Amino acid sequence: MDGVSFHVDRGETVGIVGESGSGKSVTAMSILRLVAEPGRIAGGRILFGDEGKQKDVVQMTDDEIREFRGNDVAMIFQDPMTSMNPVLKVGFQIKEAMAAHERFTPKQAQDRVVPMLKRVRIPAPEERAKNYPHQFSGGMRQRAMIAMGLSNEPQLLIADEPTTALDVTVQAQIIELLRDLNRDLGTAVILITHNLAVVASLCTRVIVMYAGRIVEEGSTRQIFKSPQHPYTWSLLRSIPRLDEHQHEKLLTISGLPPDLTNPPPGCKFHPRCRFRVDRCLEEEPPLGEVDPGQKARCWVLMRNALAAQPQQAGQP
Amino acid sequence: MTTEQRVVSDVDTSKQVALVRIEEVVKHFPIGAGLLGGQVVKAVDGVSFEVRGGETLGLVGESGCGKSTLGRVIAQLHPATSGHIYFKDIDLVTLKGEKLRRMRQQLQMIFQDPYASLNPRMTVGDIIGEPLTNFHIARGKAREKRVNEVMRICGLNPGFISRYPHEFSGGQRQRIGIARALILNPTFIVADEPISALDVSIQAQIVNLLEDLQDEFKLTYLFIAHDLSVVRHLSDRVAVMYLGKIVEVADSKQIYDNPLHPYTKALLSSIPIPDPDLEAEREPILLKGEIPSPVNPPTGCRFHTRCPIAQFPICSEQEPPLEDKGSGHQAACHFPGQL
Repeated sequence: MDGVSFHVDRGETVGIVGESGSGKSVTAMSILRLVAEPGRIAGGRILFGDEGKQKDVVQMTDDEIREFRGNDVAMIFQDPMTSMNPVLKVGFQIKEAMAAHERFTPKQAQDRVVPMLKRVRIPAPEERAKNYPHQFSGGMRQRAMIAMGLSNEPQLLIADEPTTALDVTVQAQIIELLRDLNRDLGTAVILITHNLAVVASLCTRVIVMYAGRIVEEGSTRQIFKSPQHPYTWSLLRSIPRLDEHQHEKLLTISGLPPDLTNPPPGCKFHPRCRFRVDRCLEEEPPLGEVDPGQKARCWVLMRNALAAQPQQAGQP
Repeated sequence: MTTEQRVVSDVDTSKQVALVRIEEVVKHFPIGAGLLGGQVVKAVDGVSFEVRGGETLGLVGESGCGKSTLGRVIAQLHPATSGHIYFKDIDLVTLKGEKLRRMRQQLQMIFQDPYASLNPRMTVGDIIGEPLTNFHIARGKAREKRVNEVMRICGLNPGFISRYPHEFSGGQRQRIGIARALILNPTFIVADEPISALDVSIQAQIVNLLEDLQDEFKLTYLFIAHDLSVVRHLSDRVAVMYLGKIVEVADSKQIYDNPLHPYTKALLSSIPIPDPDLEAEREPILLKGEIPSPVNPPTGCRFHTRCPIAQFPICSEQEPPLEDKGSGHQAACHFPGQL
């Protein structure tokens, strides 16, 4: 991950999209300063809070960061089974998450367990609180994780591929739940995923990552309707859609994502880009504004590429 | 070529001959010996359908519905508990020994995980060429020539013939798996989730390769997947599976435009579309709960515990048969098309 800057507003839902190795999960981990050794945050700032009284996560002491995690920001992961303790009851684990911070008294924490499970729509929450994680189905475990994450009323929830391990009917339930929680509690959500359709469904803003960099950023509408980076544009045309009306060949992105220990010079996407020009091979483009609210890291931009090669526009 | 073929298949599907016919196939796995003994996982519990020559039949369903088990039973990797699997009108279930081995040449499988399905100690040339040795078809130079040819067809550089699987990316490994399936010139390929382990930008390469191979070699596919968008893209017809049973079979277009079974309808409505405007309008039908255990499936219609339109007692007592509801559109539901 290299020189990533972005912001999330209060109550916003932002999607971070990218393939494996694009740096999307590392970005999220950095917000909580959870980057594993030998990785490190070598520079930059992570500011949290209202303008004027922001805290820099990078500068926090260990005590401060412990308070920050869970209290201000919570995180849920792809596989809820590995993030829960298998020998402790689910209700106890939710209570513990609250006990770790000082927002609630032990009594309040105990009283909040069942309502939290109810809030994430776990049926029969009183009985379920006494179950162990293995007695829950995959979808219920993810709900319980969300309940645990939200128990301290954080302002930001980071969800790292929360639906990837789930079936589509259960995925739809979890997306609906995240949408409701965002609306009712005002919790901002960062959704990290490789699934563009899930992003279109839940997020108002999208960040596209490739090779450890943000290559495009904009409103969901801008990204899906008028993507300006060739990677975003190609990715959208390479996935089959349920609403496709006629059979068209999928567009393929040739080659592989780059090896980050030895990235290509210039634009990191240029070896796979069908619109590259000479400059792309040597000089890495900046993330520049292309429209109000939309930025792209490209020397060419799709609007120019498509104007120059209109036959490409008709291609699937 | 693709469009042409699809138009033809749209017009006279009724005239197409079944290449594979599955009749009342059951696959039960016994679990828990001792005190809990006697329990069985009813992974596939009485399934009948056909795969027509030259078509792609998509088999979809959620995890645990039995679709992969069914694929493996059809590909003769698991013996069926009961039922018949006719391949070109020969019942594979009754075949044994050399006769079954001969049939297997025409019947190949592509697996989901391109990391687990290739022997890490064999070179790519040996992996792809092994079936030629096993069936005493080619050796030495002749084998190498054929391996080279298949590698090229599958988009692999024949210069890498002596390399090992770990030297390849996921997408290339899946190409190796496809080359191995292709080398015996099969007529029928069972592809079990062949793209779901791959990165998004690589999936389209494999989807397009499968389509090109089908056109070039007149292959028939049983394409097993949980991703309905990919199934829609690839399949001529689609079978939807729930808890060991087929609940709906129809032309791809019919399934997507006019699903009759409430499960199919809910499944389709849960898929997000990568378009924020359409997404804002889409109202998913949210099913209650998750797929029940195949050890103890619900009585009557197996979907009744999650079905938004179930009526009692009929749905909880009588199992609806899979029947033709008009123009070859089959559904197993007491109240088809009512959701």
